[in-house]
Amino acid sequence: MTAATEYTLAELCIVAASQAFVDDGEVLATGIGVVPRLAASLAMKTSNTDLMMTDSEAWMLSEPNPLGQRSADFVPATESWMGFSRIFDNVWSGRRHAMLGPTQIDRFGQSNTSALGGTYEKPKTMMLGARGFPGNSISHPNSFFVPDHNTRVFMSGECDFVSSIGYNPARLPKGHRLDDVDIRLVITNLCVMDFGGPDHQIRLVSLHPGVTAEAVQENTAYPVHVPADVPVTTAPTLEQLAIIAALDPHNQRAHQIKDNPPGSRS
Amino acid sequence: MNKEMTAAQVVAQLEDGMTIGIGGWGPRRKPMALVREILRSDLRDLTIVAYGGADVGMLCAAGKVKKVVFAFVSLDFIPLEPYFRQARQSGSIEVMEIDEGMMLLGLRAASWGIPFIPTEVGLGTDVINQNPEIRVIDSPYDDKEWVAMPALKLDASLIHVDKADVRGVCQIAGPDFYMDDWFARAAARTYVSCDELVETKFFHDPAQARLVHWERSVTTGVVPIAGGAHPSSCTPLYGFDVPHFKVYAASAKDDAGFQGYCEKFLGASEEEYQKNVGGLDAIRAIELPTY
Repeated sequence: MTAATEYTLAELCIVAASQAFVDDGEVLATGIGVVPRLAASLAMKTSNTDLMMTDSEAWMLSEPNPLGQRSADFVPATESWMGFSRIFDNVWSGRRHAMLGPTQIDRFGQSNTSALGGTYEKPKTMMLGARGFPGNSISHPNSFFVPDHNTRVFMSGECDFVSSIGYNPARLPKGHRLDDVDIRLVITNLCVMDFGGPDHQIRLVSLHPGVTAEAVQENTAYPVHVPADVPVTTAPTLEQLAIIAALDPHNQRAHQIKDNPPGSRS
Repeated sequence: MNKEMTAAQVVAQLEDGMTIGIGGWGPRRKPMALVREILRSDLRDLTIVAYGGADVGMLCAAGKVKKVVFAFVSLDFIPLEPYFRQARQSGSIEVMEIDEGMMLLGLRAASWGIPFIPTEVGLGTDVINQNPEIRVIDSPYDDKEWVAMPALKLDASLIHVDKADVRGVCQIAGPDFYMDDWFARAAARTYVSCDELVETKFFHDPAQARLVHWERSVTTGVVPIAGGAHPSSCTPLYGFDVPHFKVYAASAKDDAGFQGYCEKFLGASEEEYQKNVGGLDAIRAIELPTY
């Protein structure tokens, strides 16, 4: 395993995000969007070969599909049918880990995919809707990817619409414990975080090369718990970069973070 | 029993204020020809229940909708449905916003004739806070609270399938039938458009019968309309029409808006519509999507 010296920030994020799945065992890894999907695929190819994955349509795959248009003779490694209705049987069993990119993440780890501003009856900006976030968040572990870490995403106050449950004591359902909520990693263009600080406070896990803890705090509207010793996010290895390149032959990853910067900004 | 009918006959059986379920998912296998027939009608004040795409957007834009029950409304590659967005942002529609799985449970409860299905989905989120009609209840078996997802009873469902016979045996040969079986069962009346009408003996092959997802007694009417899902997809026959959806989405930013879109494409009949979008051969030639 040789550490790469040249890699993009997107590739660093993919490798960092793939860490979220390492200890999951045999669960369905669902990465929505290019970076989360490549992260789950990389994990399935390397650190956790027990992971399960779909083709994002209706089949389970023994091997992740490369992203984008594939050659006419490409044969996907299907292993079972997995239509959307069956997905919920899996979701509600808890044997899944999803990685998604909500528009807002508040200090409780609650997220918003639905609407911004105005009133609920007449929002200023309508987005996707709650989608599967309520069910995902109470049924199985979830991680987040944020390509542009700023105070609009990590905003003050509570999400305009709470699509997914977080560590908010005021919203804790009867008979549940905050520890039942399982938010794993939050990977951004600046750092990796989790909600492992005191009382489930958001916590810095690692800083991408050249990023300071101060910069993370400036771009987060609520206090980030900073442990005494915060490591630098581990650089991809040459082997990991080769696998990512094979999984993403059209280089869609180059368009996921603004201006596709290098991984090390020091 | 011969259940063959026309799209106009289907719409004639619908009434103002009805709750109507629409099958498919986002830009995939939507009964768009039936939706277009509603656009040409005087129907109004509808409550629409759907995993929404342009079906929901168009009905909202045409002023047909009182309320939408949804978890998302999206064209996938265009994430935000432009006319649903306008309807929400102008406050012109009521909504019941729920989780994708809650919708499945609501359809199942309606199908099974039970008032609700308990679930933990929705707890701690605004799908509960913003929907006071969805109750949270105590369990007789444990000390937790549970969401009592109410039955989503439908007056009618509209669904598009690949093949059907006149008795209402419907086949979906594409990789996913989504929640269409539950939409079919949850409705008092289920109207199905099909790309191809086949003889009953077509299903005598078990491999073909295996792709039938509800029994024919669930189907009220069968409407043969080749290409009837356009501009949504009907895998394996045709993909969704990316250029057409782009024109549709762009129209929301024009002064002419949806009226302009309709003047250009809708026509007085499905024949006119298909002529306006390049014909059935062009629809059937649309490449299948890659995910």
